[in-house]
Order: sequence, then C-alpha cells, then structure tokens
Amino acid sequence: MKRLFAAGLFLLGTILAPVIACAQDQTPSSDWQDVLDKAKGQTVYFHAWGGEPRINAYIQWAAREVNNAYGVRVVHVKVSDTASVVSQVLAEKSVGKTSGGAVDLIWINGENFAAMKENGLLAASGWAEDLPNWRNVDVENKPTVKVDFTVPTDGLESPWGMAKLVFMYDSARLETPPTSLDALLEFAKNNPGRIAYPQPPNFHGTTFLKQVLINTVQDPAFLSGPAIPATFAEVSAPLFAYLDALHPYLWRQGEAFPKNAAHMRQLLADGELDIAFSFNPGDASGAIANGELPETVRTFVLDGGTIGNTHFVAIPFNSSAREGAQVLADFLLSPLAQSRKQDPEIWGDPTVLKVDALPAEERARFERVDLGVATLSPEDLGPVLPEPHPSWVSALEEAWSARYGAQGE
Amino acid sequence: MPPGNARPDLPTVLATGLLLGPVLAGLAGTLLPAFGYLPVLGFDTLNLDAFRQLVATPGLSRSAALSFGTGLATSLLSLAIVLLFTAGWSGTKTFRRLSRFLSPLLSVPHAAAAIGLAFLIAPSGFLVRLLSPWATGWSRPPDILILQDPYGLSLTFALVAKEVPFLFLMTLAALNRPHVQEYAKAARSLGYGRVAGFLTAVLPQIYPLIRLPMLAVIAYATSVVDVAEILGPTTPPPLAPRLVQWMNDPDLAKRLMASAGTLLQLAVSAAALLVYLVLEKAVSAVTTASSTRGWRFRRDRALRGAGLVLMALVAAAMVLSMGLLGLWSVAKSWWFPAALPQRWDAARAGDAIGMGGPALLATVLLAIAAAFAATALTLWLLETRNTHQKNRSRRLNALFFMPLLIPQIGFLFGLNMLFLVMGLNGSFFAVLLAHLVFVFPYAYLALSDPWYRLDPRYTKAASSLGASQARIFWQVRFPLLLRPVLVTFAVAAAVSVGQYLPTLLIGAGRIVTVTTESVALASGGNRQVAAVYAVLQLMIPLAGFSLAALIPSLVYRNRTAMGVSRT
Repeated sequence: MKRLFAAGLFLLGTILAPVIACAQDQTPSSDWQDVLDKAKGQTVYFHAWGGEPRINAYIQWAAREVNNAYGVRVVHVKVSDTASVVSQVLAEKSVGKTSGGAVDLIWINGENFAAMKENGLLAASGWAEDLPNWRNVDVENKPTVKVDFTVPTDGLESPWGMAKLVFMYDSARLETPPTSLDALLEFAKNNPGRIAYPQPPNFHGTTFLKQVLINTVQDPAFLSGPAIPATFAEVSAPLFAYLDALHPYLWRQGEAFPKNAAHMRQLLADGELDIAFSFNPGDASGAIANGELPETVRTFVLDGGTIGNTHFVAIPFNSSAREGAQVLADFLLSPLAQSRKQDPEIWGDPTVLKVDALPAEERARFERVDLGVATLSPEDLGPVLPEPHPSWVSALEEAWSARYGAQGE
Repeated sequence: MPPGNARPDLPTVLATGLLLGPVLAGLAGTLLPAFGYLPVLGFDTLNLDAFRQLVATPGLSRSAALSFGTGLATSLLSLAIVLLFTAGWSGTKTFRRLSRFLSPLLSVPHAAAAIGLAFLIAPSGFLVRLLSPWATGWSRPPDILILQDPYGLSLTFALVAKEVPFLFLMTLAALNRPHVQEYAKAARSLGYGRVAGFLTAVLPQIYPLIRLPMLAVIAYATSVVDVAEILGPTTPPPLAPRLVQWMNDPDLAKRLMASAGTLLQLAVSAAALLVYLVLEKAVSAVTTASSTRGWRFRRDRALRGAGLVLMALVAAAMVLSMGLLGLWSVAKSWWFPAALPQRWDAARAGDAIGMGGPALLATVLLAIAAAFAATALTLWLLETRNTHQKNRSRRLNALFFMPLLIPQIGFLFGLNMLFLVMGLNGSFFAVLLAHLVFVFPYAYLALSDPWYRLDPRYTKAASSLGASQARIFWQVRFPLLLRPVLVTFAVAAAVSVGQYLPTLLIGAGRIVTVTTESVALASGGNRQVAAVYAVLQLMIPLAGFSLAALIPSLVYRNRTAMGVSRT
C-alpha cells in the first residue's frame, strides 16, 4: 500500500514537476548535513488542517519540492480539527508508543501547542532554532515567532506564517464597513441576518470571542495570565453582554453558525453575509484570484487593532521521521517557500522572515509578489493585539457552549 | 469434503469471527472506559464519573432526542414511501420505469448525497436561484434556516432521499419471489383496491425480507455521523457527531465521557428499534382487524397519487443533486442568483483530481479488497452450507447482520483503542478489517437470495453425470450466477466506498479516502473542490455497477437466455 502510494506520488511528481529547485545557496553545516542524510528516503506524515484547497495545493507543491531536492516524501494528512491530532499523539503516548508514531509534523499554535508542550508530546526543544533558515526569521519585529499565545516556544515549534484578524466585505453592497464593535452591533441591528461568526470551538469563532473580550475587558492584564474560574465570570461578563445583544440579529438568529472561516467566506460570496473574517490579510485577494469571491470584495480592520499571532509547525516526540520533518520545516522557512506563500494567487499568508535582511536576490522574490487589490498595506493593517493566555480558549469555549450551544433546553 | 457433522464448518467460523470478533471486542472496549476503566491512559478505578460528566453536559437530552427523532422519522417515512409506491404501482409501466431510475441511486454514498442536497435546498441553493429574483424578488439569498435547522428536518430529508432507494431495492428483490404477482391479482379480483390488495395479500409474504434492512436503516439513521456533520443542527448537534468530537478532544478524560455517551447512543438506537417493533405489532393488529372485516378500500386514487409523487420527489431531488455536483465541479464562479455558473473551469477540476490521486487510489484498493474478500467469503459460506444441507441458518443469519443493527460508533471507539494498543492503527489492513465488518453483511444480503433460488436440478444433473463438487461450482453454479455475484461485488465495493467513520477512526489519518476528504472539504470555502471529490466518490460505485451489468452481457453475448435480466 505504502509502495503504491509512493508510486502514485512519484508519478504525480514527475508529471507536475516544477521548474524551480530549492535554493540553498551555501554549503550546509556538518550537523545539518547529518540531518539531510538521515532524512533521505523518509516519509513525513504532515498533519495539517485541510479545509482550504489553496493551502492544500501549496503543501502539495512544497511536498514535491522537498521530494525532488532532498528525497523526503511528504504526505499531507488533511485534518479538520488540530485538537484531534493532539488527542491522537496523547493517546499514543499513553499506550507507550514512544517511537513510530503516526504524526511526524503538525501545523499548530495556541492552545494546542500549549497542551502538547505541557504533556511532553513534542520532540526535544531547540531543533527549530537550529534550522539553517532560522537565521532569516524576524525575531526582532515579530515577537510572536518565539512566544505563542504568551507561551515561550523554546524552539519546540518552527514559525511558518503570520496571522492577523481582518474583516472582508463586498464594496458593491456595502460602502463603509463598521470598524468598531459598537458599529458592528449597530450594523447588525439595521441589517438583521447578515452578520455571523463561526461556531466555537472553531478556531476563528473562538478568535472572534477573544477579539471582543480584548476590546471589552476592564483590565487587559487579566488576559496575559491564565483564566481563573473565580474571576472568569466577572472578566467575561462584558463579552457575553455584547454577544447577548448581538445574537438576535445574527445570521439565522444565531440558531445555526458557519462551520469555519472558509464557510463564512463562501456565505459572503453567496451574498448571505455582509462581513466575513479571516486570519490571513491576503485571503480576500487570493479568493478573488481564485474566483471564490467577487472582485469588489475589500478588507478592513477594527479601530484600535486586531488580534495577531504566528502559526507554526511542530514535531511530536514519537515522530517516525524526525529528520525528514526538520527538512520540511526548514524548507517551509526558506525565502523561496515563504515568498511563494505570500503570493495571494497561491495562498497570501504573510512571511515570518525579515525581508530587508535577505540577500538581494531573495528579497526580489518578495518584491515581485503582488499583494492584490483587496489586501491592506502594512500601514493600514493597524496595531497587532497580543493573544490572551491559551487557557482562555477552553474557558471561553465552554462558557459559550453552555450559553448558546444548547438551545431549546 | 467430509459430510456435515456437529462442528460448524470453516467458513461459518471465519465469518462469525470476522464479524463478531471486532464487534464484541469493540463493545468491551467501549463498556469498560464508560465505567472509568482505561488502564492504558492511566484510568484504573471503576466509577461512574464519566456518566456524571455526561449528564452534566449542556444540551445532552436534546442531542439524544434529535438522534432518536430524526432516526425514527427517517426510517418510517422511507418505508412508508416505498410501500405506498410499490403497493400502488407495482406491475405497471410507471413502476418499471421509475425502478430503473432508482436502482443506480443506491450507489450514491451518503456524504455525496448530503453535499448535493445542500447545493439544492440551501437558501442560496439551486432551487432558490431558479426562482430568483423574478418570482421571489430576492436579489440576495433570504435569511431562512434550512440547512442545519434545530429540528434536523434537512438532515431527515437527506436521509430519506438516501434510504428510500435502499429499501426500495430490497423490496424489489423480495417481489421477485415466485407467485407474488398472482397474489396481487387474486386480491384485486376479490375487489380490493390496488393498495389494500398489496398490503393484505402481498406484504405479509415479502415483509420478512424487508424487515432486517429496515432495522438496519433505523440503527444507521439514529447514529449517523457524516450526513449529520454536513446537514445536521449544531446547537446542539445530534448525539453521534458529539461523541466523535469528545473522542478527539485533547483532554483524554473526555474519552471516558465519549464511551459513556456511546452507551447512551446504544440505548437511543435500541429505543428506536423497540418503538418500531411495537409499531409493527400495532399495525399488524389493525390490518388484521380491517381484513377480517373485509374492507376493500377500493377508492385509493389519492393514496396511489401520493405514493407516486413522493417517490418521484425523492428521485428528482437525488438526480438534481447529483447533477448539481457535476455542475459545481466545473464551475469557477457562480454568484447568486445566477441559475448557471458565470465562469467555467474544467482544468481546475482536473487539478483537484490529480491532487486527490492518492486518496482515490486508497479508496479503490480498499473497495476492491473489501469487496473481493466479502464476496469470496459469502460464496464459500453459501456453497459449504449448500452442499452440507445445514439449514440451521436463521439464527446464524441474524448473527451476520449484527454489525448493521448496532450503531457503528458503539464499537468503533473500542476497536480503535484495541488496534492502537496492538499497533495496528492506521494500517491498510486494520481499515480493511473495519470495512469488512460492514461490507460482509451487505454482500451476504445481496447474494444469499439469488443463490438459494437457483434451480437445484442443475446441480443434481451435473452430480449425476459424475462431476465433483468443485467442478459443479466452477462450471455450473458460478457461471449461472455470474450476474448476481458481480452485483454483490459492486454492492460490497459501494458500501466500502461509503464508509466514513471506520476509515476516519481506524485509519488514524494515514489512510485517507475520497469519502473522508469530501466530508472534510464539504464545509470548506471552495464548492468546486468539494463537488469534485463528491463526484469522485460517486464515480467509483457507479463504475462498479456498470461493470457488473456489462461483464455478463459480454461473457454471455452468445447465450440469449442469460442475456436478459433473469431475476
């Protein structure tokens, strides 16, 4: 079976073989050469959310490149919820499976990373900062590449892309979008059924809750520490007061919710919703290029800033192809892969690299990328608000589900 | 072969082990954790914590009620539509035409049907687009709750559309019994209306053959996961999708709760089955009373009409949905309220198929392997029983169908843990084994009837000419039964392709099929790609059924009597 898979993949690789090979301009250090040698011939099962065909196509491209350049075979396991992968690795650890695990690399951040770190489910720390391409990462201006939802990464995960919450609207239907929470509520009251957010515990749904929490909380200091049951109700009271006011005017009166951000974007395209949101500032441009959104769609952010973070790749402690996973993680950090990822026609996900510090040739790759009509310039993207401590995620999700997730009881 | 003795024969032992082994092991693996015992994860005291946690979950009773209600409603509606249509129209030209139309719909996998129906009935779906804006005045989709409605109506509708073809084909097969049509004619000549005549004279004879499939439908519909994830309500969802969610929670204690919830799921399904059995009794009492009074119900035109309309509605919904899947798979942009896509892009469909290559390969390999194993085992079993004339088979038959009567989720969790401990998780073999548990009963269901109905005189004649058992099988019985054997193979392959939960859980993400892919993509942002996968999911079983129809006509092109459908 594996061999047949391999044959299938090989065939695909040869048919669709790209013209560019990976650019690794200097001779690798002996340690890294060791990793490359061991990685050759390994198969990396990359567990990554698979709900976005554009991202899937990008991963497919990266898989071909890594296979051609390093002889590492990459299989994208399309997961619908990263939490299930954490659960899977945890279960493997519990039954004593300390090697040969099913997961080799995982696309992760936030509460899932915190859970894996806490349970000792990740490969020994430090590997991420030993990758050859780590030297290009913008540690200085993008602090979240080393601190994931207030939790230090300790080199347990390698940054992949930057995320910032942005909102999309169709300028053909809506002239001036509401740029504050109050304006959003007002808009919903005047246009019932045209606003929605994905149902928590969906990632983007929970992010919306966090955004409202940050905007309404009395003292932001609460959010940088763990959520405590004793104070949770008080701290989150303004959030739920806001949601209580908003829900009657939500899409389907809040009886049904979009499943995820991609579904919400689809509803925007259908004209069911007036506003959708995304963690990817280039999402609207990418979707326009792909025919998934009308060309009149534009992006906006809330006054005072929106939540931003970094997403990573991590290697589980019992990965069956640790070296291969490192090679893939390093490739994903390369200027070639990062610049391609930033292209809205391909994905549109902002880079984690310090572009100014790159050699001219590599910098040119980024300069060639057209960010697209619907992408805000870095100046217009507004301030980045830090993520709350990861413990707020499950606290918010449970409170939400008790309040809104079980209607008619 | 030695003559039959008290010991059960090898194929029976194999089949029983194959089916009962995983089911019992899985059930045990569900039962123990529900009571707090899961030593591998560090839980080793028996207690009721999991149940306490379960009961405290918000919306639990509503989830259970949803599962019970949508499941039972689906099953009863489907049976009513099938029986009403069959009663009112069997033996007519309309009946034959519509049957030919409905049979291929059996091969539509549940997930693909759900995705297609969503394209059809959503507020921004095809039906609203057809009528907008000229008739409705809507230039934007209305804010109406159709998909994922809190009462599970769209879920029920999709399940009905999918179960009607299944029950209908089972009824058609049963109608093939000898003399059935004569009974219907006799009843009519006694002055009964078509519907009443069928229900009083024919149904009692064929019902025993429909009963088991009907019970399987109830067990399935009360515990379905994939269709519920696409069309079911979410505030809260029915029980089964919630169980999957808990099972996948990073908090491992939730697995104990999921196990306890699984017992609740078993109780919900059992309750639905029980209610059905009681209803069965009640209906039988009522019909007996009405037939002893001699009521003829001659004026049944309205009933017949209703049967036809409902059946045509189901067929039309399914055919339209499948057509929409095809349209979306080549549509790049299709904005509301346009009734047809504005921009077409077939090349992208090609790209998506290329990317789905490995999943497609895995699906086809699994389907062929499972279908081959199930068909071969069924043949072996039937042949052994045939030659040994051991017909203590009623109880055994019931045993073979057990996996269909227990909600999948009930033992898949336990089986998953078992395979994990054995290190089998995520292997092709483990997934194949899990598929076989569900594929075999359908193979047996499809083949046993034509097998037993084959005229025994062929065998006797060959035997009297001195042919060995093996030779009789290969040169007489097998060629005569080639068509049903191939159909069985196609049914088995279709069942394998449709498996979502076993592939997802036992495959551990390493075995990915077009079915798991299409469910994952169904809620994504690109309808084209979702449609392409649904179409792929549709094409495999369809190819199987086409081959099953084509091969016998090729092999027997010079034998007129074998050419026409004999059944």
